Amino acid sequence: MEYQWDFSVVARHLPLLLEGLAQTLRLSLAAIAGGLAIGLVLALMRLSGRRWLAWPAIAVIEFFRATPPLVHLFWVFYALPILIGVNLSPFAAAMLALSVQSGAFFAEVYRAGIVSVERGQWEGARAIGMRPAQVMRRVVLPLALRRMVPPFVERAFELVKTTALAATLAYGELLYQAMVAVSRSYRPLEIYSAVAVIFFLVLFGASLVMRRIEDRLRRVER
Amino acid sequence: MTEAPLLRTEALVKRFGDLTVLDGIDLAVQPGERIAILGSSGSGKSTLLRCLNFMELPTAGRVHFHGAPVGTAGSRGEVRYRERDLADLRRRIGMVFQQFNLFPHMTALENVMEGPRTVLGQPRAAAEAAARAELARVGLADRGDAYPARLSGGQQQRVAIARALAMQPEVLLFDEPTSSLDPELVGEVLRVIRALAEEGRTMLLVTHELGFAYHFATRVLFLHDGRILEDGPPERILKTPREERLQQFLARFTEFGF
Amino acid sequence: MYQPDFTDILLNVDLLARGAWITIALWAIAFAFGLAVGLGLGLVRSSGNRWLSLPAAAYVEVFRNTPVLVQLVWFYYAFPVLTGWQMSGFTAAALGLALNTSAYCAEIYRGGIASIARGQWEAGRALGMGWARLMRRIILPQAVRRMIPAFTNRGIELGKMTAIASVIAVHELMYEARLLSSQTFRPLEVFTVIAVIYFIVIYPGTLLSYRIEARMARRS
Repeated sequence: MEYQWDFSVVARHLPLLLEGLAQTLRLSLAAIAGGLAIGLVLALMRLSGRRWLAWPAIAVIEFFRATPPLVHLFWVFYALPILIGVNLSPFAAAMLALSVQSGAFFAEVYRAGIVSVERGQWEGARAIGMRPAQVMRRVVLPLALRRMVPPFVERAFELVKTTALAATLAYGELLYQAMVAVSRSYRPLEIYSAVAVIFFLVLFGASLVMRRIEDRLRRVER
Repeated sequence: MTEAPLLRTEALVKRFGDLTVLDGIDLAVQPGERIAILGSSGSGKSTLLRCLNFMELPTAGRVHFHGAPVGTAGSRGEVRYRERDLADLRRRIGMVFQQFNLFPHMTALENVMEGPRTVLGQPRAAAEAAARAELARVGLADRGDAYPARLSGGQQQRVAIARALAMQPEVLLFDEPTSSLDPELVGEVLRVIRALAEEGRTMLLVTHELGFAYHFATRVLFLHDGRILEDGPPERILKTPREERLQQFLARFTEFGF
Repeated sequence: MYQPDFTDILLNVDLLARGAWITIALWAIAFAFGLAVGLGLGLVRSSGNRWLSLPAAAYVEVFRNTPVLVQLVWFYYAFPVLTGWQMSGFTAAALGLALNTSAYCAEIYRGGIASIARGQWEAGRALGMGWARLMRRIILPQAVRRMIPAFTNRGIELGKMTAIASVIAVHELMYEARLLSSQTFRPLEVFTVIAVIYFIVIYPGTLLSYRIEARMARRS
């Protein structure tokens, strides 16, 4: 029996899917912002040269990089409320879990970027009498940030893909809304294919844009 | 020599792991002295210079600046250095590096302005005017807007000199300033350094340019294995070396002379 | 103050052990398959033939630019509608993870091959070697060595991805944990223990990657 495609079902559920996409982007942006902040703190702790700061940061980074994001999500949503006595919304839980998870990866991007700045730059800055914070702010970070852009972008894309896991907490992002649409229409092939296409268009389109921006950034430094 | 030395080292020792690079250096630098430091690679000459502005922290011994010891001695004789004290010291001691170490994300002018703006807190207009004057002094008045990557090695090094001068340092340290330059670019940098010498500035210069050292310096040091083997006026050190090591060192420079 | 209680977990240790075995089986199948298919794709991408290279590139980009959960859901719910072949959750998960991994591995192969200096190609050609022999004898042996850190990372990422199979009812470690958590009402204990188990299984891989990277840094 030849399968009868019916893409009108996608058209009918498109508003639902686009609402889901908006939620996907909202969760992504929130978690990227959270991850960048947490990552910077972790990286500075790790590079501080003080053991009591560096070791906890290393433990957090290594733990979150070696455990599945889905476990983080479930732990924050189901287990953390028992400890803190406050129930979390699916959005709050997903954002918190993904922020820390991506923060662990962002921390390594920051660190690699900072370490990649040549010793001569540190020395040139110190030789004109800059204090450590000034060296970091005026010379090391501006140079490092440029080099961090490509790995940051890559990580951010990973994070957008990871937000799909929030569907398992019944957070109404794109995949979850697709599941709702499938349960109403019994058309998994059309709808899940449409979801894949939407993700692909957003991520691949964004990656093309970012590639152009990175090219331009590279040209500025030369 | 009645004046107090500007800089003085006392039994300065620097070790990297098991390797002793400086093995008890006692040196006093009087205001206005121009000291050329010679020695083969591994003799410790660059390390000595880098200990004077604490790019490297000495393993033992002290550095005195204007008669005052740098750092605070602990109960067991160990010396502790606070980075902010060292930063304050470094703004008064300029350094020029072998690899220039210009900041690639700033133009030549911004490189020169960076110290006065960030470290000395000067207003932008004043810092810019001063920076332009320093660039003019090194002959680069028209290249202020260029990024370092667009400058030749010799031009970069001259910007680096202007950057050091902009801090109005009391001492200038030159760490092999022409060693990474193509031969035809060495002259423009040496001319700038000579002009500074004629102003009577206090300078220390690590170099392999023997001819320049002879004309530039008021005093020449020869280091070997982390110790000062010879110390005296250039005429005597370079023309009538006493130490065998120094004679061998000088002979290497004349081997392929013509 | 909450009183943790781990007795339910201890009583169900066999359940978790079975889940862990399925996790490992899923990982091994997907990784082996991904490495093999990825090699083919990577060679096609490096061949310089546009008609072969373009479809391979499309395949790689599709799998890299969609969430792996969407891929697994698609293979489990949508693919059978298309083919009429109802797969088990395990098969769908293995297939999805394998194809996903093959796309990433293809890029690793391609990057590794591209990193070999042009002089190596010229030297090989100067000896009269053809493309296939040059690839096998000269380029790949050098390139594979440089790819090892990236493959190690891929293995780690895949290990973490296997947890997603729980969503399509594969009875691997995460699935058993979710089951246990809902049966015992002890999510704190269960998910903490599960996180630690994953860490214990995956972290040696991270340590291995550090050692490999350190050794390569020393060599170069």
